[in-house]
Amino acid sequence: MKNPVVTIENVSFKYDGQEQYALKDVSFQIYDDEWLAIVGHNGSGKSTLAKLLNGLQFPEEGRIQIGGIDLTEETVWDIRKLIGMVFQNPDNQFVGTTVQDDVAFGLENNGIPREDMVERVQSSLKSVKMEQFLDQEPHHLSGGQKQRVAIAGVIALRPKIIVLDEATSMLDPRGREEVLDTIRQLKNDHQMTVISITHDLEEAAKADRIIVMNGGELYREGTPEEIFQMDEELVKLGLDIPFPVKMSKMLKAKGIPLNKHYLSEEELVTQLWTSHSNK
Amino acid sequence: MDISLQQVEYRYQANSPFERLAIQNVSIDIPSGTYLAIIGHTGSGKSTILQHLNAILRPTEGKVVIGDREVTNAKKQKNLKEIRKRVGIVFQFPEHQLFEETVEKDICFGPMNFGVSEADAKVRARKAIKQVGLSEEILQKSPFDLSGGQMRRVAIAGVLAMEPDVIVLDEPTAGLDPRGRKEIMDMFYQLHKERNLSTVLVTHSMEDASQYADQIVIMHQGQVYKKGTPREIFHSPDGLIELGLDVPEVVRFQQKLEAAFKTKLAKTCITLDELTDEIDQLFKRGEPK
Repeated sequence: MKNPVVTIENVSFKYDGQEQYALKDVSFQIYDDEWLAIVGHNGSGKSTLAKLLNGLQFPEEGRIQIGGIDLTEETVWDIRKLIGMVFQNPDNQFVGTTVQDDVAFGLENNGIPREDMVERVQSSLKSVKMEQFLDQEPHHLSGGQKQRVAIAGVIALRPKIIVLDEATSMLDPRGREEVLDTIRQLKNDHQMTVISITHDLEEAAKADRIIVMNGGELYREGTPEEIFQMDEELVKLGLDIPFPVKMSKMLKAKGIPLNKHYLSEEELVTQLWTSHSNK
Repeated sequence: MDISLQQVEYRYQANSPFERLAIQNVSIDIPSGTYLAIIGHTGSGKSTILQHLNAILRPTEGKVVIGDREVTNAKKQKNLKEIRKRVGIVFQFPEHQLFEETVEKDICFGPMNFGVSEADAKVRARKAIKQVGLSEEILQKSPFDLSGGQMRRVAIAGVLAMEPDVIVLDEPTAGLDPRGRKEIMDMFYQLHKERNLSTVLVTHSMEDASQYADQIVIMHQGQVYKKGTPREIFHSPDGLIELGLDVPEVVRFQQKLEAAFKTKLAKTCITLDELTDEIDQLFKRGEPK
């Protein structure tokens, strides 16, 4: 049975001074050990959701439960131990004067013993391939490198849940892949739940489940397979269609026999080869 | 206005213990009216090149020719304002640099700083706001009441209002959703076409580079690894893949298809339409092998 680690019930939220609700009556659950991608256009409520999960904002209505604890102003500090957040802009989350100080910051705050701390700083920087930069100052690092340090800072705290709020959007393709591989690895080793808020559909396609947000509401929920069959509907929501699906569609329009819209390039190539050979 | 980098080298904090070689032997020509994309990994030297395009940095070796000006290490340069006026840079997340009370004041700030009268600057602001696809009413609003996408457009309008001859874009679509990304890229392409505006796009996105640029420069470890038209660059993508760079989806798919079919398509496709047509041809030709 799937075990919910996060329960969001009828949550509504609006920012001070705004008329429009950023989130309207949103309900869903996030399960233990799953990789959930949350997609949606800019302003669809994705990032607001991330802020609510960590108690940076509190819902106006509704309820959020994390690891069985109701998220309130009293419990927020306990809950922040369960959730690690990585935000989009690395410049806004670098607090230390050097790379290792930055990673150590969160550990110190949580009263981790020194020996343990040294080891965790080293190993988490290694896992994001930044172990060569221990004493570098942040302004010597590129945006992507800073982001990897931020991720190391979160990983060092061994949270139960990691929230990536567009965390790879400023990295180059290799950097992005490295970071995602690292997180996949960590997820497997430590049975973490990953919530990834992203515009990267290729990344979303690899998630266990996708939630589509639109105008502050939960628009659709399903497996990548189900979500990407939405096709043009996704474009209308300000999103895009993954390449293999686009390619399948155009080939079908030319009269090339294909059973469905494929989600992976490999599947599509195989199918093309099969139908070509059977002609 | 033509820009040309000739054997440019740049060392950060030269002659200090922290000296670091960022780029070396970089030669790139950007004739007037070009759309050039510069691609490479984080740390490959892209941003260092960008800062040479309007003399924020002076090369430690070699020279940069911007219009009729030559920028070298030799002497302290005077009057770089003229260069900065003619080469507009849209930095990453330009909306972070908005600061005025109204959108209009923010857009007028740049031109007025360069000696344009307030009245003329306002005329330019009206023109620029339309060029970025926003309506004139927005001019009287506070930039901080706008959505992220609108703020980015306002920031871009501020650069356009300087009426530069060359526009340099540093990851202009970072953080935007797919629709916003396409809108901004289409907008720059239209400006490029309509006004023959030289455009330099610094990006990670091979997709954008292959779709919009006439010329691509690939940077690797501070040096030019390859330059050419998109078709030339992607004709032999293996080298790029070895460097860990992305190739466009179309190119990657063509490679996988060719490997499975053990045959070559007639040409290197760089658009989805081209690739669809080629695959269609392959099916019409009939029997494999």
